[in-house]
Amino acid sequence: MKTFKIGGVHPEEHKLTANKPITQIPLPAQVSIPLSQSLGAPSKLIVEKGAQVKTGQLIAQGESFISANVHSSVSGKIVRIEEVTDASGYRKPAVIIEVEGDEWEESIDRSPNVVTEIALTKDEIIARIKSHGVVGLGGATFPTHVKLMVPPDKKAELLIINGVECEPYLTADHRVMLEKGEEVVTGVRILMKALGVDKAAIGIENNKPDAIAHLQKLSANYPGISVVPLKMKYPQGGEKQLIKAVTGKEVPSGKLPADTGCVVNNIGTALAVYEAVQKNKPLIDRVVTVTGESLTNPSNFMVRIGTSVDYLINQAGGLPTDTGKVISGGPMMGKALTTIDSPVVKGTSGILLMSEKKSRRVVVQNCIRCARCISVCPMGLQPVFLAQYSEHQMFEEAEKANIMDCMECGSCQFTCPAGRPLLDYVRLGKNTVGTIIRNRVKK
Amino acid sequence: MSVLTISGSPHVHDHQNVRSIMSGVVVAMLPAIFVSIYFFGIDSARVIFISVASCLLFEWLIQKYMLKGPVTITDGSALVTGVLLAFNVPSNIPSLIIVIGALVSIGIAKMTFGGLGKNPFNPALIGRVFLLISFPVQMTTWPIPKPLFSASLTDAITGSTTLGMVKEGVMAGKSMDEIMASTAFPGYLNDFIGAQGGSLGEISAIALLLGAIYLFIRKIITWHIPVAYLGSAFIFSGILYLVDPQTYLNPVMSILAGGMLLGVFFMATDMVTTPMSAKGQILFGLGAGILTITIRNWGAYPEGVSFAILIMNAFTPLINRGFKPKRFGSVPLKSTVKATQKI
Amino acid sequence: MNTTILYAILTLSLLGVFSAVILYFIAQKFKVIEDPRVDIITGLLPGANCGGCGYAGCHALAETIVKTEDISNHKCPVGGNDTMKQIAKALGLEAKETEPQIAVVRCNGSRVNAPSKILYNGAASCTIAHSLSAGETGCPYGCLGEGDCVKVCLFDAIYMDHEAALPRVIEDKCVACGACVTACPRSIIQLRNKGVKGRRVYVSCINKEKRGTARKNCNVPCIGCGKCVKECPFDAITLQDNLAYIDFNKCKLCRKCVTVCPTGAILEVNFPPRKEKSDSTETIASAETV
Repeated sequence: MKTFKIGGVHPEEHKLTANKPITQIPLPAQVSIPLSQSLGAPSKLIVEKGAQVKTGQLIAQGESFISANVHSSVSGKIVRIEEVTDASGYRKPAVIIEVEGDEWEESIDRSPNVVTEIALTKDEIIARIKSHGVVGLGGATFPTHVKLMVPPDKKAELLIINGVECEPYLTADHRVMLEKGEEVVTGVRILMKALGVDKAAIGIENNKPDAIAHLQKLSANYPGISVVPLKMKYPQGGEKQLIKAVTGKEVPSGKLPADTGCVVNNIGTALAVYEAVQKNKPLIDRVVTVTGESLTNPSNFMVRIGTSVDYLINQAGGLPTDTGKVISGGPMMGKALTTIDSPVVKGTSGILLMSEKKSRRVVVQNCIRCARCISVCPMGLQPVFLAQYSEHQMFEEAEKANIMDCMECGSCQFTCPAGRPLLDYVRLGKNTVGTIIRNRVKK
Repeated sequence: MSVLTISGSPHVHDHQNVRSIMSGVVVAMLPAIFVSIYFFGIDSARVIFISVASCLLFEWLIQKYMLKGPVTITDGSALVTGVLLAFNVPSNIPSLIIVIGALVSIGIAKMTFGGLGKNPFNPALIGRVFLLISFPVQMTTWPIPKPLFSASLTDAITGSTTLGMVKEGVMAGKSMDEIMASTAFPGYLNDFIGAQGGSLGEISAIALLLGAIYLFIRKIITWHIPVAYLGSAFIFSGILYLVDPQTYLNPVMSILAGGMLLGVFFMATDMVTTPMSAKGQILFGLGAGILTITIRNWGAYPEGVSFAILIMNAFTPLINRGFKPKRFGSVPLKSTVKATQKI
Repeated sequence: MNTTILYAILTLSLLGVFSAVILYFIAQKFKVIEDPRVDIITGLLPGANCGGCGYAGCHALAETIVKTEDISNHKCPVGGNDTMKQIAKALGLEAKETEPQIAVVRCNGSRVNAPSKILYNGAASCTIAHSLSAGETGCPYGCLGEGDCVKVCLFDAIYMDHEAALPRVIEDKCVACGACVTACPRSIIQLRNKGVKGRRVYVSCINKEKRGTARKNCNVPCIGCGKCVKECPFDAITLQDNLAYIDFNKCKLCRKCVTVCPTGAILEVNFPPRKEKSDSTETIASAETV
């Protein structure tokens, strides 16, 4: 079975919600839609306080090259434009909408039938994806229309769809593949047309045999699309590791996936692309896995963007009394929230509730030079030295040791027997070296 | 629910820790401990106990009263050093000498450099070499192995080790056949089970191999250093044996005799003092193997494992600098079309 | 026996002489010609190599001073005015008298004033904690208490008061080298004049949020009300982005602003205790002095 060769760890799966179908939940009383939900610059607000908005209406425009449109996920009145605490731990500007009914924009096709014929041209597809605010739903939230516009000096040969979902606990992509398989396959075909490629590979980890079988069946009529089962290993879902496993080629250090002829998109993004292109529906909702051993009703919910995490936890049975940490995302790369009043944004793939006992880190001891961190690093780096350089402000050496190649997967810190905060210091080093490099380029 | 906790990702840990690694090493050393008590009696237990107790005591004293910092004797590293130091001395050694050895191992070889993880040299070996040089007589007076509950093999109380006999015999001009024919010479079977003279922990090949298998199963050690060390020692001594079988000990006996197996599996694999990359570890093993055989044949001492490992420890930082793991994406791409045709 | 000793002594002596000759010639060949004054100046400097002057070590500063023959732009914060006078005398220049400065921690968000709403369990570094969230108190401008400032101080002049979770500067030891100022990811620490008799008045807050938000997280924030600006008879206080700032060059230590501040955000240091009026309900805020 295909896999990536360097590094990798095997955290426990905890896929508590793998068999829970996607559940619709009642609309909340209020949503808080942040203006910055993608990589790049925050979007510019184009509505005012007091305005009435409809579900799917454009409320903020992306201005710079790397930015995305933001749409209202509900219908109602904009009661406030204020700052809310999001996953960054800081307060960011957001639009607060009091929900009134559920009136959608008329142009959106809400019928349940799957539209498989692709009527738009390549350029129209990209324009539609851009106007409808579709961003990468794997977590990085890179604006999809930018990713589809491959630079002229590179050529796209293969579209890879990321159905790996290697993070423990998360099952949103799994359920999407099982329950919206046809839409996903159509989304894949739309992306192929947008890129001008005739080959697509859907990578799925082999802990989801039902999804593999289902998508294999659905894509049987389309010879260009193949389903590639992958060995279970974290971080198989990383872009570069996925390209390596599927094609055998490694993205060179400092280069982009397009340099290998591959473009990678998440399964959720493929669904969002289908909805945008075939149903004229902007990105206003997504599947979020709400999970944790102490929850009474862990589920996969279909959630409107801007719904508070608090509301979702209540839908999942209420906040357990032993909760120590609330994580947006998975346990390996997710962000710990400072408050459950944070809103769900486009990049929120899951909400994980951790008990108090599991929330405390292990005691930090001296490095015993066991080199386990080196053996598990999927990028072939030496986390022990990168962390040391960062801790001691040796940023020149850190840059030379390729600290910018780090994908922040957390395998090193996960496995360190001395419990050292390796990734914390590497992230600090990456931020500092990144600033140094940007200042150097500016000169 | 009390307050929410935050920290950077990852938020899970696979729960390996220093103590579990150290206790794994101690469990791996149990077969050798039992064999040593079987052949050397209660003396063995005395030496091991005093060594461990002294190591723990000195670490506690230094951390609490000299460094005035956190006390970490429960992480198991001093315990392991204690047992390894005991393994490297004869079982009839006076208790005071072992205490001095523990002081050198923990106080000088480990604590002066900053404690766990910061020492460049293997602490147990530093202690052993210090004792060998300071107390040469007590460190080379080997008790005869006397199985428990059985009559003594001879009337003598002390004798020589396999390698000791080889060294003396060669220096006296005897041929290898003559040396191996002597009644005192243990032979292959005895070397394998442990009925030979030697330090506490090095006598029984089978006990050490059992321990090594446990270490491999627990993934505490990898194959690189043992294979490289044993391989190079075997090949080098084999070449010498082929050249002159009467002057040089054959390779199989070379592996079984002396502290080779103890050193290879328990001391040359110590994570703190050995290289971090796979290629570096192989180089380390190669160097140690060749040095061991060289010292054995042309050096003044009959056994070269301690010195070989310590010398290679000195090269570890250099090896770490020179050998880096293969980086993802370090090789430039040749063609993008080829990449996608495999689908 | 005698000849052995004789030969040994002879050999070693010859080796010694030989090495000395070689070393002499090498030293001559690779000699670095340096202005002898550089060494003199380096000797006058304290030798802490702290970088407070802005140069990489005392020798580097000495080189620059000698090369430019000008000390008007340079100041050694550790040696202070005395050292600069000595250097000036050695070079025949004029030394400028500068005010001695000290590091001031402009945050009073102690555990009592700004209680913790969450628990930070990550790596013990302020820079890392700053990148993860606003902090345990919820104030995005407030002190995080992990001690990056303490770690960089070469003079043991700052320590973490763990009960309050705030750093405290030791007046006698701080030489205002600026290391803690750079280390703090939120720029909470500032170099200010030590003041006459060590007395100074400053705003112990750098929060730029509006009053309501600031008060949610802390009892003693600057809410940008502007009362201090109106009260100051010397125009020493300016208000920008909901935050007041006292210019230490203009401040005459009259302490009228301290009395008038509604939250107690302005602190006075090293003043004798005031006689309290019997009907006064205002709290006089004064910082801990060490």
